[in-house]
Amino acid sequence: MQNISISKRSRRLRTALAVALAAALPLAAGLGAGSAQAKGTLVYCSEGSPEGFQPQFFSTGTTFDAVSVPMFNRLVEFDIGTTNLVPALAESWTVSPDGKIITFKLRRGVKFHSNANFKPTRDFNADDVLFSWSRMADDANPFHKITAGQTFAYFEDMGMKNIVDKVEKLDDATVRFTLKRPEAPFLADMAMDFASMLSKEYFDAMLKKGTPNAADVYPIGTGPFEFVSYQKDATIRYKAFDGHFRGRPKVDALVYSITRDATARYAKLKTGECQVMAFPKPADLAEMKADPALNVLQKEGLNIGYIAFNTEKKPFDNKLVRQALNMAIDKDSILKSVYQGQGQVAKNPIPPILWSYNNAIKDYAFDIAKAKELLAKAGYPNGFEVDLWYLPVTRPYNPDGKRMAELIQADWEKIGVKAKLVTYEWAEYRKRSKTGEQSVMMFGWSGDNGDPDNFFVPLLGCEAVKGGGNVARWCNKDFEALIIKAAQTPKQADRAKLYEQAQVIFKEEAPWITVAHSIRFDPVRKEVKGYKMDATAHHYFNSVEIVK
Amino acid sequence: MLAFVLRRAALIVPTFVGVTLLAFALIHLIPGDPVENLSGERGMDPERRARLLHEFGLDKSLPQQYAEYVGQVLSGDLGTSLTTHEPVLAEFLTLFPATIELAFFAMMFALLLGLPAGIVAALKRNTVADYAVMGVSLTGYSMPIFWWALLLILFFSVQLGWTPVSGRISVEFDVPMASGFMLLDTLRAGDWSAFRSAVSHLILPSIALGTIPLAVIARMTRSSMLEVLREDYVRTARAKGLPYWEVVLVHALRNALIPVITVIGLQVGLLLSGAILTETIFSWPGVGNWLIHGVQARDYPVVQGGILLVAAIVISVNLIVDLLYGVVNPRIRHG
Amino acid sequence: MAESTAAVEAGDDGYAAPGPLREFWLAYSQSRGALIGLALVVALVVLALGADVIAPYPPNEQYRQSTLVPPAWHAGGSSAFLLGTDPVGRDMLSRLIHGTRLSLLIGAISVTISLFLGVLLGMLAGYLRGLTETFIMRLMDVMLALPSLLLAIAVVAILGPGLANAMYAIAIVLLPHYVRLTRAAVMAEAGKEYVDSSRIAGAGPLRLMFSTILPNCTAPLIVQATLGFSTAILDAAALGFLGLGAQPPTPEWGSMLAGALEFIQRASWVVTFPGLAILVTVLAFNLMGDGLRDALDPKLKR
Repeated sequence: MQNISISKRSRRLRTALAVALAAALPLAAGLGAGSAQAKGTLVYCSEGSPEGFQPQFFSTGTTFDAVSVPMFNRLVEFDIGTTNLVPALAESWTVSPDGKIITFKLRRGVKFHSNANFKPTRDFNADDVLFSWSRMADDANPFHKITAGQTFAYFEDMGMKNIVDKVEKLDDATVRFTLKRPEAPFLADMAMDFASMLSKEYFDAMLKKGTPNAADVYPIGTGPFEFVSYQKDATIRYKAFDGHFRGRPKVDALVYSITRDATARYAKLKTGECQVMAFPKPADLAEMKADPALNVLQKEGLNIGYIAFNTEKKPFDNKLVRQALNMAIDKDSILKSVYQGQGQVAKNPIPPILWSYNNAIKDYAFDIAKAKELLAKAGYPNGFEVDLWYLPVTRPYNPDGKRMAELIQADWEKIGVKAKLVTYEWAEYRKRSKTGEQSVMMFGWSGDNGDPDNFFVPLLGCEAVKGGGNVARWCNKDFEALIIKAAQTPKQADRAKLYEQAQVIFKEEAPWITVAHSIRFDPVRKEVKGYKMDATAHHYFNSVEIVK
Repeated sequence: MLAFVLRRAALIVPTFVGVTLLAFALIHLIPGDPVENLSGERGMDPERRARLLHEFGLDKSLPQQYAEYVGQVLSGDLGTSLTTHEPVLAEFLTLFPATIELAFFAMMFALLLGLPAGIVAALKRNTVADYAVMGVSLTGYSMPIFWWALLLILFFSVQLGWTPVSGRISVEFDVPMASGFMLLDTLRAGDWSAFRSAVSHLILPSIALGTIPLAVIARMTRSSMLEVLREDYVRTARAKGLPYWEVVLVHALRNALIPVITVIGLQVGLLLSGAILTETIFSWPGVGNWLIHGVQARDYPVVQGGILLVAAIVISVNLIVDLLYGVVNPRIRHG
Repeated sequence: MAESTAAVEAGDDGYAAPGPLREFWLAYSQSRGALIGLALVVALVVLALGADVIAPYPPNEQYRQSTLVPPAWHAGGSSAFLLGTDPVGRDMLSRLIHGTRLSLLIGAISVTISLFLGVLLGMLAGYLRGLTETFIMRLMDVMLALPSLLLAIAVVAILGPGLANAMYAIAIVLLPHYVRLTRAAVMAEAGKEYVDSSRIAGAGPLRLMFSTILPNCTAPLIVQATLGFSTAILDAAALGFLGLGAQPPTPEWGSMLAGALEFIQRASWVVTFPGLAILVTVLAFNLMGDGLRDALDPKLKR
């Protein structure tokens, strides 16, 4: 831009203006003509811009969808559509009997992408695994700290440093992880986005060139798609990677059209400007399902939307009060007005698609009379006043916190509980929740790795009261013993039994009102074949093809 | 003249210092924590949190942070975004052409409709045409813009399918961005269908953003025209037997435009303000959209730098308008 | 209205003959637009005052069996809910009527605060001149240099979302206009003879400022205040739209619109009616403001 002289630019501006005016007339006629996509290009209307192009730094689904999903692989991965682990960059793995040593046998012949500045000379090997891990774990790694504000979100927030003792290369194709304590969910952790495998050779080459940052901005991975370009807040372009170890994807090019507004995304899907859209609005689903040009796929969400009572505060330290408020909520109305059918009533803290879900548990039924009775028994025959904190933003587990709050407010009024609706800016909301100043608050959780431990420990464990993730500030000794034991038990069937017992205690003690598990929908155009919805809310396009 | 220019320019300095201070104070006073914003429901490891606070300089006292910020700004560095780690100025420059393009076409829309409408209303005073122009422009002036934009989308894009819903260009076109102005770049690439796509994407946002300036310009042109038409020299020109249209277009309009220019200048600030809502609704990848997200994420450097740059533009445009006005109307210089 | 005409009466003290009130009304009623505006404003005030009696239902009562019922004239509409219901089954008409009260209240309170502060600061700047003036006017320049919506957003964010805070934010955003206007008027008046003679007669600065000069600057302030009403209502709606205005379940128009945005395609009435209400109200005040300007100050006549 700076090379163009002013006069030239203004002349061009004048010409452009003249042309624009001349073009305005014929334009009006044929504007709506649906855009004919280049053959083999899949356009996905995504909900936002990625924070960056390095999966280790960030923690949002939007970033993962744009980075680790199309361009990177993990040692183990989730079978798309389930939370079962399948081999990926590791062909196989063994776990020692004490659960502390995990040995990965790496796949051979896996190729990395290339770009204008880098052509890989070797395949993926153990050095890349060690590098990817040490970059996060080791202060001495030259890339551990190269830009201001660079941190390793998941690695640090999940306390990986306290879990993994060391990582060693046994040979070019074998890597051994030694843990500090038995940790049953560790393998599932390794399938998460932060554990994506980077190319050591690429990073070294960029360091040599004096531009170490480039490796984080122009990503090189082993994934099905290669990075082409990014126009901030507008589009991300990828092309199919011929050398992908699972075979070249069926489409030639992949484009993410960043469209923040859901109405706009839907309109683009209708006109065929994109073929898949992220996060439809509940309100549009009925119309989408009726549209013959669309397929609406659905999947139960790996999440829970809940209302937590601060069990350290009066009157919520009283189990009877918590139970009474549970009974005074008409969940069916909430499902209808807030989720609009895009959810199912929750009775447990984990969703039914997760193993160890205790289906024998009975939910508190909507019963005003019984609720009043319990409240009277607890010493509050005339109810009380309370601040109800509601979510200021739309979350996957709760499409509209405000509307949910309005419904609950009306319901509780019937048993004399007067709720004042309060909210804060989202970051402020989370920050305050950790200090325990809340009385009753709306919250939720989306699972990252399909292990029940990923729900119980961060949300209801005693340790999480200190950390702030346990917003009910509920620490129950029996419950805690069960979930700790489960994390250290290697066999899934044994673990499931422990978690089932924990859910019984949870329901009786009622630290939460479990409101709903949302159902996720991915509307795709009919010509899109082979698209499968993922369990952890990512969007995978490697097996998709477009059949006109 | 020079003294006038210097006097006006000198006023900019305190205004600018004030803007840095206000921008800084506002964003730091807002509750919410930029570091907390980098995590989700999971919450953040306290050690990571402390390190980030330190790296962003947020563990220092506010006066110290402000002093460092001003020092940074004076050396031409607006800092880096806390979310993307990109330099604020670079982000602004990538996105600004989109905002200029939108604001330019909104202004064109307002001028091309507003000026003739105002002139007609003045010439046909107290006729149906006058009432229609004034009624429509007052309605436009009273319009909640976010609602108006939604109605436009609902009708023209969703119901009729005439215009695209959002964005700057259809994704099928991958035009190399040289200037950042989509229309210029598509022309440069010689791609006509891409150019048409870019123009069609501009229509609705330009109308939404241009509606208020249109109303203001039409009203201002009308009243200014009415005033000028009463002046002696217009009557003299008429008396000399000059054709009606020549009198109107050459003698009256030229003088009537002077106050209109001021109004247009003032509208630039309003356009940038209006662009915040318009860009958000139309997913327009411009500065307004970016600022709103900066505020939401409490991305201090983005908000401070963005406000500073936007204010700099508004202040300079106002200065230019003042100076132009001084040139056109010498009496002002000594006011 | 009663208030503003009274002020005019006081301001036009010096004149005799046809009676200032009557003269004003003659000038005002010349414009059809102004009369329409006045009629609409009176109607809105009646709706606001009588909301409890006029609205068919309480604004927050949820009829859970009748969510998103279309307006009566639509297929599937019901005469029980003339303008339909919202996503949790509240009557749209009743909420809109109660919303009138809120919007007028927002307008009245924020304009009053802004007017009061603005006149005070403008007086000080115009009368005292010197450093005080420089400081006040530079501060106003700074406020005008920021996009007004952004300023309002920032102020509300600092104070916390809520109706009262939105009013303060709007008052702050409106402030520079009143300050500039008052200062200009004071400077114009301060040199005039009647001010000098009062001063010679021994009037103190406060008396000079508020009882001698101020009454002679009221006309442009009244006009600006009326127009400020419409700006305030628009800004409040924009804040509500961004989720920073009135908190649930308050039936504020902007937040009603934002809260139901997702239904724009399926149930457009939940979005169109609140928007229409905002438009009509703002239009009414703008029409009235234009009429007042023409009637009160022929110099400002557009």
